[in-house]
Amino acid sequence: MSEPETDRRGKHHDMTQTTQKICAGDVRSASRLIRDLEDKRPEARRRLRQLFPHTGRSFIIGITGSPGAGKSTLADALIGELRKQNKTVGVLAVDPSSPFSGGALLGDRVRMLRHAEDPDVFIRSLATRGALGGLARAAGDAIHVMEAMGKDVILVETVGIGQQELDIIHHAHSIIVVLVPGMGDEIQTMKAGIMEIADVFVINKADRPGAKQLRTELTALLNASPHGPRDWVPPIVSIGNLYEPEIFAKKTAELMDAVTKHHAHLIVSGQFAERAERKAVMEITDALSACILEPVLERLIANGELKKIAQKIQTRETDPFTEAEAIARRFLKTGETS
Amino acid sequence: MPERKIRVMVAKPGLDGHDRGARILARCFRDAGFEVIYTGCHQTPEQVAAAAIQEDVDLVGLSCLSGAHRILFPRVVELLREKNASDIAVIGGGIIPEQDFQMLYDAGIQAIFTPGASLDSIVDWIRTHVRTGN
Repeated sequence: MSEPETDRRGKHHDMTQTTQKICAGDVRSASRLIRDLEDKRPEARRRLRQLFPHTGRSFIIGITGSPGAGKSTLADALIGELRKQNKTVGVLAVDPSSPFSGGALLGDRVRMLRHAEDPDVFIRSLATRGALGGLARAAGDAIHVMEAMGKDVILVETVGIGQQELDIIHHAHSIIVVLVPGMGDEIQTMKAGIMEIADVFVINKADRPGAKQLRTELTALLNASPHGPRDWVPPIVSIGNLYEPEIFAKKTAELMDAVTKHHAHLIVSGQFAERAERKAVMEITDALSACILEPVLERLIANGELKKIAQKIQTRETDPFTEAEAIARRFLKTGETS
Repeated sequence: MPERKIRVMVAKPGLDGHDRGARILARCFRDAGFEVIYTGCHQTPEQVAAAAIQEDVDLVGLSCLSGAHRILFPRVVELLREKNASDIAVIGGGIIPEQDFQMLYDAGIQAIFTPGASLDSIVDWIRTHVRTGN
């Protein structure tokens, strides 16, 4: 597997050499591979295959919540806590792509500047590029690259989400849901979706009005949820006073502690293995879609067939189900998918 | 093969908090379809270079209105070279007297845009000069 590859400057280099560099923690190679995966370069997929045996050993923490809730600031604080424990850290910070221009303004790094020069912290911004689940399409791949680099902990910060952009559950071991006061009444806390996925709740900006009420409502919600004596009940950490460093630091240490306890609980309870299985199922599902559905769609788009079928559906000459079955039969039986 | 997405970073090195121009450019690059990493004010050249590498950008746009461009801009280029990342283009803008242009070009700054430059001219320059290759 050492066929020569060409990078964007036309240089040839060895595939296994790149893999080795990434496993040795080389930021340049890792960052380039993440970019190649985002840009769907075919050679990138091959490299990821080589890296795969070196992945799966990092602890992955998801941070999610509404826009402006303070996710990046908390990520910055957690990086600080993890570095105190001498852990190496990868950070993936996702921000939305414009549905109009396809461009994106990735601004999460602004909150994490103090870690920019720490060689044991690798921060990478990702744009969603049309993905709707709160993460970027390449987020899973980028996590693998950081795992292969040997990062002890990977923080994944989602875009500012609403109620159900929950793709993070397929990627993270522990999920921090960041809430802020003033987002609505107690019915909001009872709804399905975001409120169900938290392993740790943060009430951020807790020095603002409404924080106590939110805490009461959240506690009531958690008390009302059925759980056995050994089940994990998400702790609630109230964090405020960003501009009073000592108080803030004490609170973020409390948050780190809650996440560490959850990690231990996952391992003791066997849920770590369950979450790993859930992730593996998602990965094979995604990979199947990438190697079966995407090539078929690409071909139908390229030869204009998709457009013709769409027209026939619009005029009701045919229906989408019949067409899809016919296409499936054609491609699957002949094995003709590339 | 799908086209490469252009990634750029907009940064303000040094002790200069006047970021209106940098923000307008970041927004304009976003609307041009680029992915823009915006890192804000008060950064050291070391922070800028490290972030550019972590983000694998094609280009770094530096803004400086304080007069320290003669030191800060070349330092970013130098650091990128040291880290084997000289393929990342560096351009600059802000209040830069014409007599400094040559010195900056010589130091490896590939283009300089001063007040009056149109947003389109900057976007066009990037599209033409950034080699995202295939």
